[in-house]
Amino acid sequence: MCIRIEHPGPLTTVQDLGRIGHMHSGFQQSGAMDWYAASLANILCGNDENCAVLEMTMGGITCRFLEPAAFALCGADMHAFLDGEAVPVQRCVRAHAGSVLKMGMAERGCRTYMAVAGGLDVPSVMGSRSTNLRCEIGGLEGRRLGAGDILSVFPGGNVPPEASAPDWAEPREQTPIRAIPGPQDDFFTKEGIRTFFFATYTVTPASDRMGMKLSGPAPQAKNGTDIVSDGIALGSVQIPAGGQPIILLADRQTVGGYAKIATVIRADLPALAQLRPGDSIRFVRATEKEALSALREMRSTLAEIKKQLWKKVSM
Amino acid sequence: MRYKILPCGECAVTVEFSREIDPRAGDTAVRLAGELRSRNTAGILEIIPTYRSVTVCYDPFILSLKELKKVTAACMRSARGTEQSESKRRFYIPVCYGGRFGMDLEYIARETGLDMREIVRRHISREYPINMIGFLPGFPYLSGMDETIAVPRLENPRERIPAGSVGIGGKQTGVYPIASPGGWRLIGRTPVRLYDPHRNPPVLYKAGDRIRFYPVSEQEYARIETEVLTGSYAVKTEEV
Repeated sequence: MCIRIEHPGPLTTVQDLGRIGHMHSGFQQSGAMDWYAASLANILCGNDENCAVLEMTMGGITCRFLEPAAFALCGADMHAFLDGEAVPVQRCVRAHAGSVLKMGMAERGCRTYMAVAGGLDVPSVMGSRSTNLRCEIGGLEGRRLGAGDILSVFPGGNVPPEASAPDWAEPREQTPIRAIPGPQDDFFTKEGIRTFFFATYTVTPASDRMGMKLSGPAPQAKNGTDIVSDGIALGSVQIPAGGQPIILLADRQTVGGYAKIATVIRADLPALAQLRPGDSIRFVRATEKEALSALREMRSTLAEIKKQLWKKVSM
Repeated sequence: MRYKILPCGECAVTVEFSREIDPRAGDTAVRLAGELRSRNTAGILEIIPTYRSVTVCYDPFILSLKELKKVTAACMRSARGTEQSESKRRFYIPVCYGGRFGMDLEYIARETGLDMREIVRRHISREYPINMIGFLPGFPYLSGMDETIAVPRLENPRERIPAGSVGIGGKQTGVYPIASPGGWRLIGRTPVRLYDPHRNPPVLYKAGDRIRFYPVSEQEYARIETEVLTGSYAVKTEEV
């Protein structure tokens, strides 16, 4: 099964859930920015959650299915039409040979994931199919998609009998974004921590898959924010010299030399990944316990959706 | 050695030995990372040693924070012993110094008052421990360079430094595994592929290993480059 890209959209890459286990050699983890939407798109197509999908940014693709296929779109609504018929998000849809999927720009949200039953067939590099643009590995030749690209899909996709995710699968709009203080919260004054958790920040256009750059009140540091470099976890918020926070995301560098005031919890990364330049963002302090229960809840939501989609079979 | 466990969200911690660059902390970090790796504990996803800490990413539904702390404490106890859980290796990296590969060698000669041959001699005279790898795939942070050849970085970083470039930035020396923007002064280039995503492991060395540079002529550079391309070149290594 093959898909031909007629129009690639502003930034479209192949992603799975990341290249795990190579950070000690300096490799970014990469992977879908909105892990929930990518997983859900796969589940709707009957795929493993870690199958490679397309991540589209701000706007979608136009593509032609060269053979019959089933696909699902999750995340931001990019006004997709298949041969002129509207395609809702969170639903598995069948395309005929020659069908054309045409997508527009997202009015809200930032990223949309397209899974195809069987999963995208690009080579696995160091255990992942995710595109790492900086190292030019993974995905389709390590680069963003372009017009004329042909994407292969693994054969043998097994689509669930129920096509639509239940209404409650829609991720709750999570605002404010929950974050756990640390690892270097002690570099900031009490007032500085208060600023961070009370201020409203704006997402700037300089944001990308590496980091979301914010503008707003600078959290007051005790004595600068330079540190001797240490490892950077997904979602950590570093405060460089200018005081403007950067949330470090999927394509972040593995080590860095600025103090990290807090770390966004995993359960709120999907909501974060859907923010776009100009959106405002607030943080609220969370505990490890809250973070774990929120993450557990999201994972069990996905498991429950999967069960419901396949229920007709067991009946 | 005493350590602090710093939370990095609910899926990672940093085990911190020092806030400064400290050879003892760096050595302990490498030992702890080796010990953690060799235990292959389920739920541990990433182990990132640095000059002063080890960051561990984990799946909290497989390994709880409490269990991770226990594993860390146990690893620290065994890392204290003289027995090393992982052997350290020395890598011999051929470098063609000066000319088109090391366009900043002349600048360094002017800056230091040393002739170019002497700068190369001093650069190859030391064995450099890898303190950490990061920011780029396979970029080794090396310490212990002869300070008489230290020079400030470029005021305006170059937009593209070719893969294999060997440079000096302040008191540090290093080699760029992939093309990248950078502000280091370039003194030479190695034809060796330090990083290859299709090789296992993709990066030859890890933190704690050592690098020795040795000079090769342009002809030797070209010969090694051909061998690298055909896959017949093997970097000379030995156990430390």
